Amino acid sequence: MQKTMDVFRRRKLTYTLVFLAFLAIFAGASIVAEFHPIDGIVSFPAALQWIAVNLIPDAEAMERLPKILSELMETALLSVAVTVVAAILAFFFSLLGANITKVNGFIKRIVRIVAAFFRNVPDVVWAMLLMFSFGQNVLTGFFALFFTTFGLLTRAFIETMDEVSSHCVEALDATGANFIQKVFQGILPSSLPGITTWVLYMIETNIRSSTLIGILTATGIGYLFDLYYKRLDFASASLVVLSIVVLVLVIETVSNRIRKVIL
Amino acid sequence: MNETVALSAGISARPSSAVNLERFINRSRKGKIKIGAKSKSQLAIKILVLVLLGITVVAFLTFDYQGIDFGKAVADTLHNIKTVFLEPRLTSDTIGGVLYQLLVTFCLGTLSTLIGAVLAFFCSLLCARNLAHPVCVNIIKSVVAVARAVPNVLWVLIFAVSAGLGSVAAVVGLTFHSFAYLTKAYAESIEEMDPGVIEALRANGARYWQIVCQAVVPSTITSMVAWTFMRFEINFANAVAMGAAAGAGGIGFHLFMAGSFYFDLHEMGLLTYIVVIAVVLLEMISTKIKAKVK
Amino acid sequence: MALLSFQNVSKTYNGVTKALQDVTFSIEEGEFVSIIGPSGAGKSTLLRCINRLVDASQGTIFFDGKNVTSSKKNELRDIRTKTAMIFQHYNLVDRLSVVENVLHGRLGQKSTLSGAAGHYTEAEKQEAFRIIQEMGLEEQAYKRCDELSGGQKQRVGIARAIMQHPKLILCDEPIASLDPKSSKVIMDHLKTINQTKNITCLVNLHQVDVAMKYSKRIIGVTAGKIVYDGPTDGLTKDKIHEIYQSSDHDLITDVEECV
Repeated sequence: MQKTMDVFRRRKLTYTLVFLAFLAIFAGASIVAEFHPIDGIVSFPAALQWIAVNLIPDAEAMERLPKILSELMETALLSVAVTVVAAILAFFFSLLGANITKVNGFIKRIVRIVAAFFRNVPDVVWAMLLMFSFGQNVLTGFFALFFTTFGLLTRAFIETMDEVSSHCVEALDATGANFIQKVFQGILPSSLPGITTWVLYMIETNIRSSTLIGILTATGIGYLFDLYYKRLDFASASLVVLSIVVLVLVIETVSNRIRKVIL
Repeated sequence: MNETVALSAGISARPSSAVNLERFINRSRKGKIKIGAKSKSQLAIKILVLVLLGITVVAFLTFDYQGIDFGKAVADTLHNIKTVFLEPRLTSDTIGGVLYQLLVTFCLGTLSTLIGAVLAFFCSLLCARNLAHPVCVNIIKSVVAVARAVPNVLWVLIFAVSAGLGSVAAVVGLTFHSFAYLTKAYAESIEEMDPGVIEALRANGARYWQIVCQAVVPSTITSMVAWTFMRFEINFANAVAMGAAAGAGGIGFHLFMAGSFYFDLHEMGLLTYIVVIAVVLLEMISTKIKAKVK
Repeated sequence: MALLSFQNVSKTYNGVTKALQDVTFSIEEGEFVSIIGPSGAGKSTLLRCINRLVDASQGTIFFDGKNVTSSKKNELRDIRTKTAMIFQHYNLVDRLSVVENVLHGRLGQKSTLSGAAGHYTEAEKQEAFRIIQEMGLEEQAYKRCDELSGGQKQRVGIARAIMQHPKLILCDEPIASLDPKSSKVIMDHLKTINQTKNITCLVNLHQVDVAMKYSKRIIGVTAGKIVYDGPTDGLTKDKIHEIYQSSDHDLITDVEECV
């Protein structure tokens, strides 16, 4: 009895300490970031009101629908194209970085460092960098998303391949199969479910990221939002948001279905 | 010896006529033998690959390239990449100032993760199938799915309408997305719980909050912490992006000014390196913490 | 000339663990030899040295008149196509069909591209089906391997081995993960292949009774050394004790029942 009391008391103490620690972090971070919790709370109903007012597009906004849809289409195409191209390259690149297929330890380490680099350089940096040379072009968005996607997928594929059992690769080795045959007859079929899941996830993520890149590089759907937003044409801006939401939800639903069939 | 003869006879006595075997062979229209497995999954992957490749081709054909000189653009890009990554230099600020900006970004990420996590925890209790009413679950899950579908930057800009561009809009906007993301993740962790634990406590007549504190929290804390740290890494990166795209302050804003206003590629390079190092450090720390909690 | 011969072969892992020490033996064409010994005795390493999944540290191995230990890329590929292998954990590509896994036995003889793309000739496919039928798996031919039972998976493993047209089949604990009934089926198949197709079999086993029942010659390995190499009849209780380094009476009664 005494012991259970102790356990409960200790748990209570832990909860209290964790709570106080969080409170301290919150206060400290708020001061540094100049975040005023009251303003935050106040902004909340205001934003909800904004959404409520602008949620239903007016006639003027509806006139812009074709333009919005065409940009949305381009964004969707862009996300798929970026992801597919990055996935194909990342697949071959990750072969050099996975334990099961690596050429040697040194190259493996280099591959992993390169992947970490591409993954962690913010996409806004790529976007600004590419703006200088490609200008307001669809390719700016393409490459900005490409680098980050490539880095992310390389890591994901390496992890997927490392989970593939080394058993089937050993068997193919024993039949005298060479490296390329092992990859296409053993590793690819075994890691395909993992690879597809990641590719679908990245398509979805890239649609959201391309909005951000679009705002920075004045291209695509992001630019359109920024344009309406800065003109205070909130009804049209909200229509852009709505269309993105619908697209993301559709893609999410489709990929969930596909994932269920594949796994 | 006799035994082995009988053995081999036993096996080869199976029906082995070609006609009999043919029954089991599938052939294509051209009469070629098929070898692939007859499964839905294989077909689904094939179709998916073809569709995605098709979309990619269509995408490249329909993009409006505006007659860009690709070779020159690539050469310029490479030159700029060289400047950014091989000649990083600080010109407009001291290293102390930059590190303070990094701290600001770090705090933006911390705040949005912290608030988002607390809200998400309570909300996930309301939308975990094994704890809450199905109607409630469906409503909250749908709302959260919509909130997640809105890109981060748009949330920040929506809040900026009332709060103005700055750290308040950034924190609240990032919080909103984190909240939606974490609610889903937490709810899934709760749903993966062993149903026996909750049942046993219910049978003992435990109250709702007792069940939450004594069963749900202890058995899901590991995965919740893991998800929270993963989100923190995302939020740090997002805070950098918001600084650049929505004027939210911190090192992201600095990056944006260096890149888009002063065209100072050297400084942009240095700031990028600092961000990359910070992210890698965060990744390492969170891996350690995740391992410790387990 | 012997089909396979080991001459003073040793293998050390990381310069410390001695898996094989000065192993010498040879095997004639058409033999069915069991290698017995406790787990960790080096049986697996011994088998894997033959097709160079593991490289021997010292000594020479000859297979079919060729020096395995010094063979280069193409020679090695050739050796591997002639030595098929069957594994304890079957080592199939689970998401591919039975036929596709059986056809993997041809990869060593195919060009890189057609192998990678999975293009096989009609004759090869026909043969694969014939072998699958021999294994009694024709109804499962188009199933994915993860839908099969352990015994069925191992039969796919055997079919893949036969598909290679090997001179020697190396079996690494082929029945260690199977129930007694499936074990008997698998061992019977191996014996049949050995007798009807004249393929030499070298089988790692840790069940002494099974080894004694199926093979006429047994090699006993302990701590990386060969401690017995001779006919099944000559394997006395004492020898078995020596191999397993135990005085476990259960082990002995097992053997007596079987003999």
